[in-house]
Amino acid sequence: MPDPGFWTLQALNALQLSMLLFLLSIGLTVIFGLMHFVNLAHGSLYAVGAYVAASAAAVGGYWAGFFLAPVAVAGLGILLYSGLIRRMRRSGPMAQVLVTFGLIFALLDLSRLIWGDLALSIELPALLAGRTALLGIEYPTYRLFIIGLGLAIIAALAFVLGRTQIGAMIRAGVDNDAMAACLGINVERLFFIVFCVGCALAGLAGAVAAPLLSVTPDMGLQILIPTLIVIVIGGLGSLKGAVAGSLIYGFVQTFGAVLAPQLASVLIYALLAAVLVIKPVGLFPAKG
Amino acid sequence: MLDLSAIESGYGETQVLHGLSLTARPGRVLAILGRNGAGKSTTLKTIMGLLPTKAGRITLDDRPLPARPFDIARLGIAYVPETRDIFPSLSVRENLELAARRFPCANGGWTMARVLELFPRLGERLDNGGTQLSGGEQQMLAIARALLMNPRLLILDEPTEGLAPIIVKLIHDKLKELKSAGLSMILVEQNFGFATSLADDVVVIGKGRVVWSGSAPEIRAAEDIQHAWLGV
Repeated sequence: MPDPGFWTLQALNALQLSMLLFLLSIGLTVIFGLMHFVNLAHGSLYAVGAYVAASAAAVGGYWAGFFLAPVAVAGLGILLYSGLIRRMRRSGPMAQVLVTFGLIFALLDLSRLIWGDLALSIELPALLAGRTALLGIEYPTYRLFIIGLGLAIIAALAFVLGRTQIGAMIRAGVDNDAMAACLGINVERLFFIVFCVGCALAGLAGAVAAPLLSVTPDMGLQILIPTLIVIVIGGLGSLKGAVAGSLIYGFVQTFGAVLAPQLASVLIYALLAAVLVIKPVGLFPAKG
Repeated sequence: MLDLSAIESGYGETQVLHGLSLTARPGRVLAILGRNGAGKSTTLKTIMGLLPTKAGRITLDDRPLPARPFDIARLGIAYVPETRDIFPSLSVRENLELAARRFPCANGGWTMARVLELFPRLGERLDNGGTQLSGGEQQMLAIARALLMNPRLLILDEPTEGLAPIIVKLIHDKLKELKSAGLSMILVEQNFGFATSLADDVVVIGKGRVVWSGSAPEIRAAEDIQHAWLGV
């Protein structure tokens, strides 16, 4: 029987993975819920965020990358939106899946052209390097920072979506975009804002993940499937669903890997299948 | 006020309206009557920009109506759909505020206080979720929400459908009050008595065109039209 420190350590690892997945899945799920738009290239934006952060960090240190990556990826989002996505809005899920799937490879090769094939890494600032004593264990300070950042963003989004007028407009748009438009809400502009915020969060996720993993061109593809699993388990379009899906994925994956390593890769798919059988719309979909 | 001229519209490949023309005049209630599938709801959805106009022209005060629903709403046309379309993830208060904050009222316009005076039941339910309401309460909320847009023209699709007789009477009385206050309305309704007691003008639609138009007393007297096109 492992000691209590083991459980604490694994729980924190799970929480850290969950927060990273949350940053990616919240944008994707709200974009999907609001506009029924399938953006498979969301993971690639995460990879671009990591590269931008790595490049900026090499010049101006970690914080330069941390702040620049979300802005740069939101900028890329604006380009993608105006050049491609706005035209694809009414073209149906199959065309959207094909085009955004193609975009994954376009962005992958673009990253290779700009940054090459070699893995990049980011050095942590002194403030976040090292370990912190917590609940009887020594835990990497940077991973605690990711947990704190994720929780802060959940709280901020919960406030914006639940308590502000723009949040009510987004929820109304997810519920029924045609009726929202009949109340004078410019749903298209709302979608654009949500899309940009989703891109910025994907860029932020890339920037915070970069020091943990090595930055490689295919990191976007690797994260795509876990992110899609999160939103399918959680249910489309809702903050609650993204939080629940991320936590479930993070804990099942982390504890699965240490307690039943032979089953680890199967466990999450078994859970996904179980959710799809019992509750096909996911645990907390926006449209009850 | 609102003119539809030779409108052709429908769902995808299926054309429902075949050259429909009608006029809603200011300060009056226009009832659109017809059997199921005649094109009544399609007409309203086409006015609101929810279905594309394939041919013909819609004008508001002689100016072409924009194509997008939110531009149309901002010109002062409010819509209460047949399905009421209360936002389920918003509370009653949020459903109302969504309209109230976008359309701040001028002197004597509709405010939260005024719509709650019109429908006191909603005042008791402000913190309930949109879907925790009964059918009648949802209809009151849909009308209250539309009024908070301070519309020049209120469009109602089957406001009595599925409601208990006592609620139908209440909705009737409230719409009568709005009419007396001078609000222009377009009303689609299956309930012949309800529609003709509220309306000033009536058009009867059959197979996607207007087959009869006249006043409310005239349609009450025109039994042949009622029999041929309304199944009354």
